[in-house]
Amino acid sequence: MKHNTNVDIAFTHIITRKKQTLVAALGVTLGVGVYLFMNSLSSGFSSFSRDEIFKNSAHIKIYKDEELSKPISSDSSRISVILNPQITTLSKKIINPEALLANVKKQPYVTSAIAQVSFDAFYNRGKAQIKGSGNGVNMTEYDAMFNTGKYMVAGSINALPGNLNGIIIGSGIAEKLSLGLNDNITITSAFGVVKVMKIVGIFTTGNSMNDQQKSYVNISTAQQFVKEGPSFVSTIFVNTPSADKSEKYVSLLQQLTPYTVEDWKTTNADVMSGDKTRSTLMNSISYAILIVAAFGIYNILSSTITQKINDIAILKATGFAGKDVIRIFLLEAIIMGLIGTLMGLVIGSILIGIMSKIYMGGPVGYFPISFETRLFARSFILGLFITFCAGYFPARKAAKVDPVEIFRK
Amino acid sequence: MEKREVILSTGGLGKYFYDPVKFKVLDDISFEAYKGEFLTLVGKSGSGKSTLLYCLSTMDTAYEGELFIAGEKITGKKTNELSALRNKSIGFIFQFHYLLPEFSCLKNVMLPALKLGKYSYKEVEERAYNKLEVLGIKDQALKPASKLSGGQQQRVSIARALINDPAIIMCDEPTGNLDSKNTQIVFNIFKQIAHDFGQTIIAVTHDNDFAAASDRTIELADGKIISHDKVFDEQNP
Repeated sequence: MKHNTNVDIAFTHIITRKKQTLVAALGVTLGVGVYLFMNSLSSGFSSFSRDEIFKNSAHIKIYKDEELSKPISSDSSRISVILNPQITTLSKKIINPEALLANVKKQPYVTSAIAQVSFDAFYNRGKAQIKGSGNGVNMTEYDAMFNTGKYMVAGSINALPGNLNGIIIGSGIAEKLSLGLNDNITITSAFGVVKVMKIVGIFTTGNSMNDQQKSYVNISTAQQFVKEGPSFVSTIFVNTPSADKSEKYVSLLQQLTPYTVEDWKTTNADVMSGDKTRSTLMNSISYAILIVAAFGIYNILSSTITQKINDIAILKATGFAGKDVIRIFLLEAIIMGLIGTLMGLVIGSILIGIMSKIYMGGPVGYFPISFETRLFARSFILGLFITFCAGYFPARKAAKVDPVEIFRK
Repeated sequence: MEKREVILSTGGLGKYFYDPVKFKVLDDISFEAYKGEFLTLVGKSGSGKSTLLYCLSTMDTAYEGELFIAGEKITGKKTNELSALRNKSIGFIFQFHYLLPEFSCLKNVMLPALKLGKYSYKEVEERAYNKLEVLGIKDQALKPASKLSGGQQQRVSIARALINDPAIIMCDEPTGNLDSKNTQIVFNIFKQIAHDFGQTIIAVTHDNDFAAASDRTIELADGKIISHDKVFDEQNP
């Protein structure tokens, strides 16, 4: 009953001061709307750039890194002598890759793992030559991991497995060399192996680096290009259930093998730091707007309390305690905040809707933005939280009103 | 005189004002108010009568000495306890009516009772109607408080003061803002409250006619009680 009385008073104040309530609520609407919109922008773009990364790199890759020559003596009590430090790796071969791959696949946290043989390749037609990189893969497994089939513009990935003479090339290579599907292309490897191969597919990822350099062949063909036997593998790609927790899986995988285990975050440190900078920027702007909205509520409640100081005095005189007064005004703030937050979510949704219809061109296409429940929930909670904070201080001031001082005037 | 029940008493009540200089506004005030008594506090402006009323009201706690209400020591209680006590045992009527302008008259009367929570909403509503009827303004019950005349507003605030059947009703210049007709109405109501319902009224006033007609008048000057039962000279007011 007591509680109901406070609620009753708060609602009456809200209803009789519709305009002020609306102004305060609009402040929150703007804050929450922009917060939601900017965070959706940032999140949409981050997930886009992450998808770009995962087009051709797995969560984790295992490979043999170059080693530098070690000091002759590693004992610190003696003088270390380093003579002409240089790369001593003779081969980038992973020894016994089948056993390692099988072992990796057995780990419960590994969703998929594939082997790849990469080699430096030159694409030739007549006198024209393009430098690039060839990748020997099991195309079926590779497609399962990287979804290459989605980017095929001619031919099919299914034409590659079993066709030892087949190759899938990037659209940039095809264009420059003026080649089409089923044409022949001459490939020279860095080891001097020359093969004439048949184009069974052409892909476009939208990334010019990929499109102008990459090609896919079967593993055994790639092994011939690097003059190695059938057990040669240069890289093992591993996917895990969660890309975000890749560090944890790296340390687990590192226990299985002496080779370098590297996650996508390390490989793409530049992209990651760019992402981080952008989201920090977006976050600080959106928080600043939320704080401005909070000041709006603070201001309006403060002036309401100044205007209602006689009412507060009489409430206190007739037996309402300080905590009742706090509840009344805090409730008013929360009602304003709730109205504002809900309207803000609507405004944010409209902005997201408009943005997702804007064509950016290039590989991006339509602006990468989507409705994310997580962000809606966060905006809602933040909106209510700031109004609670902004309402609490004026409410506490109201609770401290001394009725005697008011009545004496 | 038959022995009467003491409802409120003070012992050596004193109070200072510190702004702009330290100044003793109440000095060693000791008196008793009885059940069913219509008591008025009079004195010149600055005599401390309003200050005394606010100390008695429990709203002002910065005083020395002791205050007892219904035999219970009030001095030193916590503010929450004092709020509850005011809600239950003290009704207030002010010179400026201090109704909540957004609420209907009925709701204004009901609020202290809803806060008390002793009766259900329906019962409180019924009681509020009864009080308004006693005060002759039942027909105004559903109008917003701000739409009423001064006299009507004052009657609504009296109904609000009465809603919880408090033991004491405190008034600060209850007729200060009213014309003579409304003053007479308010006066008659006060008499009835004190004598018929046994509630104590302590009213601060500078209206000598009003004070003269009350049961007893305490006169203050310079923060001291100079008379416990002032006698008014009818020929020379």
